[in-house]
Amino acid sequence: MNAAALQSSDGAAGSAQGPASKRIIVGYGFWIFLLSDVILFSALFAAYAVLSTATADGPSGRQIFALRNVAVETGCLLASSFTCGLASLAVGQRNGRWTQIALLVTGLLGFTFLALEFREFAGLVARGDGPTRSAFLSAFFTLVGCHGLHVTAGLLWLGTMMAQFLAKGFRQDIRYRFLCFSLFWHALDIIWVAIFSLVYLVGAST
Amino acid sequence: MFGKLSWSAIPLDQPIPLAASLLVAVVICGVLLWVVLKGHVPYLWNEWITSVDHKRIGVMYCLLALVMLLRGFIDALMMRSQQALALHAPGFLPPEHYDQIFSAHGTIMIFFVAMPFVIGLMNFAVPLQLGARDVAFPTLNSVSFWLTAAGAFLVTLSLLIGEFARTGWLPYPPLSELAYSPGVGVDYYLVALQISGVGTLMAGINMVTTILKMRAPGMSYMRMPIFCWTALASNLLIVAAFPILTAVLAMLMLDRYLGFHFFSNEAGGNPMMFMNLIWAWGHPEVYILILPAFGVFSEVVATFCGKPLFGYRSMVAATMAICVISFMVWLHHFFTMGAGGDVNAIFSIMSMVIAVPTGVKIFNWLFTMYGGRIHYSASMLWAVGFMVTFVIGGMTGVLLASAPADFVLHNSLFLVAHFHNVIIGGVLFGAFAGYSYWFPKAFGFGLDERLGKAAFWCWLVGFYIAFMPLYAAGLMGMTRRMQHYDRPEWQPLLLIAAAGALVILCGIGLQVAQLAVSIRTRNQRRDPGGDLWNARTLEWSTASPPPAFNFALVPEVNGLDCYWDTKRSARESGTPEVGQPDYTAIRMPRNSPTGFITAFFAVVTGFSVIWHIWWLVILGLLGAYATFVVFAWRDVSETHVPAAEVARIDGAHRMLRAQTLQRGFS
Repeated sequence: MNAAALQSSDGAAGSAQGPASKRIIVGYGFWIFLLSDVILFSALFAAYAVLSTATADGPSGRQIFALRNVAVETGCLLASSFTCGLASLAVGQRNGRWTQIALLVTGLLGFTFLALEFREFAGLVARGDGPTRSAFLSAFFTLVGCHGLHVTAGLLWLGTMMAQFLAKGFRQDIRYRFLCFSLFWHALDIIWVAIFSLVYLVGAST
Repeated sequence: MFGKLSWSAIPLDQPIPLAASLLVAVVICGVLLWVVLKGHVPYLWNEWITSVDHKRIGVMYCLLALVMLLRGFIDALMMRSQQALALHAPGFLPPEHYDQIFSAHGTIMIFFVAMPFVIGLMNFAVPLQLGARDVAFPTLNSVSFWLTAAGAFLVTLSLLIGEFARTGWLPYPPLSELAYSPGVGVDYYLVALQISGVGTLMAGINMVTTILKMRAPGMSYMRMPIFCWTALASNLLIVAAFPILTAVLAMLMLDRYLGFHFFSNEAGGNPMMFMNLIWAWGHPEVYILILPAFGVFSEVVATFCGKPLFGYRSMVAATMAICVISFMVWLHHFFTMGAGGDVNAIFSIMSMVIAVPTGVKIFNWLFTMYGGRIHYSASMLWAVGFMVTFVIGGMTGVLLASAPADFVLHNSLFLVAHFHNVIIGGVLFGAFAGYSYWFPKAFGFGLDERLGKAAFWCWLVGFYIAFMPLYAAGLMGMTRRMQHYDRPEWQPLLLIAAAGALVILCGIGLQVAQLAVSIRTRNQRRDPGGDLWNARTLEWSTASPPPAFNFALVPEVNGLDCYWDTKRSARESGTPEVGQPDYTAIRMPRNSPTGFITAFFAVVTGFSVIWHIWWLVILGLLGAYATFVVFAWRDVSETHVPAAEVARIDGAHRMLRAQTLQRGFS
């Protein structure tokens, strides 16, 4: 062990070169968190798959899924991912104004998504088809609602990100946080695509 | 205003929990008072509570585990004495209290003893073995620990305010549904485990990132110490399994709090889904616990036999094989549920297959010992005791893995004996081996070996006396969790088992004495060289206790067992160290109270969820969010240790190390 002073250089990827750079460590760790989050959702998907036919004489997916509403929700969320990507570009260029604008649009699209989801849920509950009606509806509300909770947390985080950029500028650690945020936001999209396909499309067609 | 909480929540009519909780309260208040009066508060706050140093956090994890071990063991003593007395008699514990005790015993021993113990050892040793300065996310590490402590606190609080679950350590529905468990016991269980589960998940993410991304230069995968490999496997399992636990406990909470129908008996709910989901977490969980213990034994056996570990590559392969297969055996926990012959057969075979890599490991340890110059230190005794005991537990496990046999043995005391056989003989012995192995590294002085060995013998003998009779009782048809019984032929066995528990009690008493004596005589036990055991891996190359930055210079790794090679080449050349190295300033993460404050709000939120105090839930969540924002707003996250300071600290250590090495030459 010939001890040698070795400062970790940016871009080093571990093993032979020694510890990776801070940016890689932060991003890598957050990817692992996202994987664990995907596993959380997969447990909810599994529960939904088991219970999707347990309607207990209540409505089935075919009767309650309004695909037009879901299509608009999907559009909002996918568009918000696009604007989130624009925000990443603006951050890369250190452009304060466009960062704020892109993040604001991202947030508004996310909020619209949440409002639409809330309207769908409230309508179901008002008709007596709330989560306590049947095991199928319990699993449906939990799976989709868990995604909605993630979006809500994402919005809180987004607001905090905007405030940090405003107050602190494009400091390195804040850019790393934004990297994590954008990963999180895109991951929510991927999960939504799975929900859209496996819950709504499959549910409405069977 | 206070939800379901009222004065009736305090068990004034039940003397045992009341006395126990008052005792706990007196002890806690006494310790706090002592700390305040002696003026230790600033020291504790600055050096421990707000510390983000992985070594300090590791030590605190282990301390939490040891304290909770005492609590869980008192539960065990009560169960053993109840069953010893309860032939044709009610014993001294009424059923509703007895049910809480066995539930609390299992919950505490798994989640708040075994888990923090192995996580603590990994937290302490892995970054040192990797040649890293800290874990990947030091503040998150502190949050993880304090969330675990918050869960332990809530479980302990249930003694005084309210009750604990009466459902066993895994709350099977429909019993755990609101209709059959209307009290707050199951809620205490759910909330405490959600909070500590999040902490564990974060710890797992942290450790995986650390191992994969922060190794010292030159440390390729095949040069990692074996303990790091087992830690990697264990933490990968945490990342993959704990989200399932979070999800399934959340579903049960939704059932109980909002009337959902995941696991209920009506409206299409499916209780059997709970068994599947909880064991999809639960089986990997036992490997999360045992793999780091395997890693400890590998380090201990190699060190105390003075030989490189036999079959390093096969050990790595076996570890990763166990990591994967552990996800394919969960159904053997409920063969009797009726999944059908084909399904049972597949899971039965998989369960037997996982014994193969475990067998590989046992042979590797034996071949490491073969021809070695074995030094029977306390750590080595734990390792040898483990090998014998774990093989017995493994064989009864293969018996249980056979589905037809399991139909006879399911939920019997045979099963109870089996899993205590592997968890005590495997996980706990491993934790104790690691405790006595790394204690001198953590504190700079060794534990008393004589008392340690005496404690080992009490544990080993006590274990056999306590659990071998339970195998027999199980084969005679005694099921688990019986508050009383009317079969006189069981009683002698249960009396022997109770005696065994008393022998284990002696072991614990000796361990407490060992700690007290060692601390009192610490000045005679100092280990100036930092390498008390003449060990092989990097953590022994730095001082004991290591400086906050672990290594003054990031070590460069040229092979497996690299510190051993360094020592050997120094011995051959006759000069331990050459030249004055070029020190640079080191950036270290700043201490932060974020973890402690987060845990405080987690306790507030959790407690008010349990008691339905909804306004306080909102306040708690707001507090947690505010903590997050304040933390995000900090401007200075690192401190600098100037080069001169590094040189001073390291210079002193190099001199002592050189002296120690020199003495080794003559």
